[in-house]
Amino acid sequence: MTHQSLFCKLLVLLLVLGSVGCASVEGQGKLAIDPFETTNRRVSAFNEQLDQSLVKPVATTYIQAVPTLVQDGVHNFFGNLGDMWSTANNALQLKPMEAAETGLRTAVNTVFGVYGLIDWGTRLGLQRHNADFGQTLGYWGVPAGPYVVLPLLGPSNVRDTVGVVIDSQENKWAQVTPASVRYSGTAVRVVDKRAEYLGMDKQLDAVALDKYAFIRDAYVQRRLAHTRRGKPPADDGDDNNKGTEERFDQ
Amino acid sequence: MGRPMRQFTAHLIKLLHNFLALACLVGALFTPVVWAQDAPDVFMQRLSSEMLDTIRKDPALKAGDLQKIAALVDNRLVEHINFKRMTASAVGPAWRQATPEQQKRLVDEFKTLLMRSYSGALSQVKDNYTIVVKPMRSQASDTEVVVRSEVRGGNEPVSIDYRLEKTTESASGWRIYNFNLLGVWLVDNYRSQFAQEINAKGIDGLIATLSERNKANNRK
Repeated sequence: MTHQSLFCKLLVLLLVLGSVGCASVEGQGKLAIDPFETTNRRVSAFNEQLDQSLVKPVATTYIQAVPTLVQDGVHNFFGNLGDMWSTANNALQLKPMEAAETGLRTAVNTVFGVYGLIDWGTRLGLQRHNADFGQTLGYWGVPAGPYVVLPLLGPSNVRDTVGVVIDSQENKWAQVTPASVRYSGTAVRVVDKRAEYLGMDKQLDAVALDKYAFIRDAYVQRRLAHTRRGKPPADDGDDNNKGTEERFDQ
Repeated sequence: MGRPMRQFTAHLIKLLHNFLALACLVGALFTPVVWAQDAPDVFMQRLSSEMLDTIRKDPALKAGDLQKIAALVDNRLVEHINFKRMTASAVGPAWRQATPEQQKRLVDEFKTLLMRSYSGALSQVKDNYTIVVKPMRSQASDTEVVVRSEVRGGNEPVSIDYRLEKTTESASGWRIYNFNLLGVWLVDNYRSQFAQEINAKGIDGLIATLSERNKANNRK
């Protein structure tokens, strides 16, 4: 491990402990899942500000100015890097089919798609099954802990924050030298990711009564669905679900 | 072949023809009955494929034209969805305190808001997408089931699940009362936001907020 990566880890840890620390002093949260609501809302507002003033405009310019061919190449390249790590996590979560499909996909794209620049996998019907280390931890029983909004990174929880640190270190991109290439690559990656969701924020504004709560509840539900061991994403996990929900309309 | 033989063959063909025509007529008459006996996964496969086909053929729907989507939902989907149950579930215990008039307004406003989400989803549909409904084990005695499906064709599969209830009010015998997109149950995702509004401003406050949001969405 290099000194730099250690530094990054410590920085993220500090940020998290910092926000958790502030929040526990306030202790105003009403929901069990979100005891740090006041701080989380503040960090959300900060992230949104940063997005509106910097990331979103850059992403908008990016999709307008950069040729589609280059955009696709960038998107596929980073997607392929992510697929490698997803393959490992699918395996760690004992999901052989998902690991095999994602693994085959990344093998095909790396070998025949010039290090992932061309996505042959999708054209061959090999689909990606995203999996990260936070999910792996959850799969093996590590509880999610309270909801946390991370500065710059957005929605998370205590467990997934640890996951994100590991994800960022284990990623092949973290081993690229020199650092200048690595940092500019990461910047491009962030812009590419943001460009993917450009249409989404308008949609979110339209359907949410309280955007913060909407995102939080969706994040919590989705992560729970993804870490439930061997069970499909229903809240009961039962094929023959027989009215587990309380009804109010009768 | 002799003449009587030819006559006999012609007669047979005519008979067969009549029989087929009759069979078609009987088939047409009894189609709704056959529908009603569908298993929930078969029903969902048919419904989602139908919707996907309709969307594919209509550029206005794909572009997210709200009025056309509203018309589509009213004509083709409403009978398959229990909006009242969805609304009651999102509102929670406060539903029972609401007057019938308030309940009706809540259902109308929530329906409009959900349609907005649906139109957003439709604008993401691409021509090569297909829907695969996963086979399920269900018994004839089941009254509530979860049907799982996957949209394939993009670079990752998108999971869409449905909660269905048995009903006598629609021809298929089933009605949807909750959707799950990518692991998120839509109705559940509104619960804490609704509770927040009700706690702060009461049921009328929630109705006002919903109606304001819908009006703002329409202006855009």
